[in-house]
Amino acid sequence: MTDTTSNTPAANTPADRARASELSAVGRFLKATELDTRMLGMVGALLVIWVGIHILSGGLFLTPRNLWNLSVQTSSVAIMATGMVLVIVMRNIDLSVGSVEGVIGMIMGVAQAEFLIRVIGFQLGNPWLWIIALAAGVVLGLVIGAFQGFIIAYLEVPAFIVTLGGLLVWRGMAWLITNGRTVAPLDATFQLMGGGPRGSIGASASWIVGIVACAAVAFALLNGRSQRKRFNFPLRPVWAETFLGLVSCAAILGAVWIANSYPWPIGIVRQYAQQNGITIPEGGLFIAHGIAIPVLMAVAVGIVMTFITKRTRFGRYVFAIGGNPEAANLAGINTRWVTMKVFMIMGVLAAISAAISSARLNASTNALGTLDELLVIAAAVIGGTSLAGGSGTVLGAMLGALLMQSLQSGMVLLGIDSPLQSIVVGAVLVVAVWLDTVYRKRV
Amino acid sequence: MSDKTAPAATALIDMRNISIAFGGIRAVDDASIDLFPGEVVALLGHNGAGKSTLIKILSGAYKRDAGQIFVNGEEASISNPRDAKKYGIETIYQTLALADNVDAAANLFLGRELMTAWGTLDDVAMEAEARKVMGRLNPRFQRFKDPVIKLSGGQRQSVAIARAILFNARILIMDEPTAALGPQETAQVGELVKQLKSDGIGIFLISHDIHDVFELADRVCVMKNGQVVGTARTTDVTQDEVLGMIILGKCPPGAIPGPGALKIAA
Repeated sequence: MTDTTSNTPAANTPADRARASELSAVGRFLKATELDTRMLGMVGALLVIWVGIHILSGGLFLTPRNLWNLSVQTSSVAIMATGMVLVIVMRNIDLSVGSVEGVIGMIMGVAQAEFLIRVIGFQLGNPWLWIIALAAGVVLGLVIGAFQGFIIAYLEVPAFIVTLGGLLVWRGMAWLITNGRTVAPLDATFQLMGGGPRGSIGASASWIVGIVACAAVAFALLNGRSQRKRFNFPLRPVWAETFLGLVSCAAILGAVWIANSYPWPIGIVRQYAQQNGITIPEGGLFIAHGIAIPVLMAVAVGIVMTFITKRTRFGRYVFAIGGNPEAANLAGINTRWVTMKVFMIMGVLAAISAAISSARLNASTNALGTLDELLVIAAAVIGGTSLAGGSGTVLGAMLGALLMQSLQSGMVLLGIDSPLQSIVVGAVLVVAVWLDTVYRKRV
Repeated sequence: MSDKTAPAATALIDMRNISIAFGGIRAVDDASIDLFPGEVVALLGHNGAGKSTLIKILSGAYKRDAGQIFVNGEEASISNPRDAKKYGIETIYQTLALADNVDAAANLFLGRELMTAWGTLDDVAMEAEARKVMGRLNPRFQRFKDPVIKLSGGQRQSVAIARAILFNARILIMDEPTAALGPQETAQVGELVKQLKSDGIGIFLISHDIHDVFELADRVCVMKNGQVVGTARTTDVTQDEVLGMIILGKCPPGAIPGPGALKIAA
């Protein structure tokens, strides 16, 4: 990394080889696997936090139960953080996501618990209830995003101001819809998006998901290799590819194993056994949670957003505009339309997060998502998104969300008072960005 | 210049009576200029004379207030950079206009990405094309994976030039192409200009370096205060006369005077 000789006159391979021999074993390893050292640093920091809290809490943190809960708690912020990456990469900011989440959660709640039942006359439990409510929320998110994006892109009002206005406007709207009343309970199917024993897919389905994911990793590695072969580009060594594949699969299957090690609580097992006429054996009945539905949703969003940023023209434009808006414009990119689309995506993601958080609460409150904008921005920034624009990754932002949530729920486990929690989270944010600045200067 | 005797070939570019104002300032005022296939026309003038602005109107970055643009004798409507590219007009900007955070291939194809059958970016194919064109321009260039901000000035310049010639441009606009380059790289750009010229590409060259201009250009067009002072074949005028045009706006006998020429009191 320290070697930055630019004009290496000799051809590629001998120079590379010469350079590689100068590097240490670690350097050679990183070069061969093409791993991002920043990302490794984040994973390292996460592990340090996990192990640290585990030890301090006397073995409470790294348990299937706690990790499973952590994954569910992270998903809402992680989903919005993937969109915030695009917003920040384009040198904008979105302060309104928490309020947008709030107003959409309220609309979805009112739609399924009141409007569709009382006004349209749907029966309770009708499957259309949750489908219409969710669809309405997603469409509303798209419209709110388009509206804010239009003002930012075409009327040229700075994003900071537009979304600061949005922060107040949408929160106020959420309150107005029911005059501050909380709407509950929500549709039973809708609630599955919030996780819980029934909102998880169970052991066998989780293993299937894990195995499919491993197959996808293997396919991606092989496909990338054959693509590079097609044009005779330099390839990664076979051992490096194998190593990457094995580590990814181990991580995936490990996560599935943890999710499958967390059993349903006894009360729910008893209820379930009664309903299905099963007699509970002597030692109790072990029914695993498996992967929670909100976590699956977050993973799916992460995959889709990574695909959008890396493999589509739109994603390429977002990064190019962030790197040099004028150049992008001169290259014939319609920068305004791209800006507007980014805010539309952000709106849709806020709607998905709203569905998850309100389903988890089993209620729509007008406080839903309060201060989430700050968590989302912090997650994206801790995950390596530069506020100067032009750089950031979806995976980094999701890891950032996980890191923030780990700290927060870890401190709850340790019994740290909430004011102290805020102090720690705030300090960590600043220190993380400072470390990142130092890192960027060195590379 | 409508009274000029019609040449054998149709002009590749004919900009007539172009004007643009920013606020109260007339950055370009009734300027006309033309360019023929295989010809290099140099645009000269002080800073703020309106050269870059005139050329940005052609490349679609600015929208003109008045005037017409003809490409191959047919009136062209150019209101944004995409339109200009459709007519085969490519520009190498003084600032290079590169997206610093993405790699060379992404910059070469910015706005015109190669796609796979699935509608996704075909990065591998783009890198292959990039390796081909960069191999022609700068055979030692190997840093295809690095964002262009990590490249040297000369390497960045070759990326910007490669982008302009990659798509079979017919008209090339070079705004101070050698400003950031060392002597060796400047010579390389000179070679490239000659090579492109022999391919029949018309080139507008904006430069401060009058020696460069006399070596590369067939004609010079001098601007002052947004107006054209005059146009001349480089064989018909001396360097001193051209300097006189730039500094005083005085049109020598070998040049065709424009609206900006100094009116000599009779």
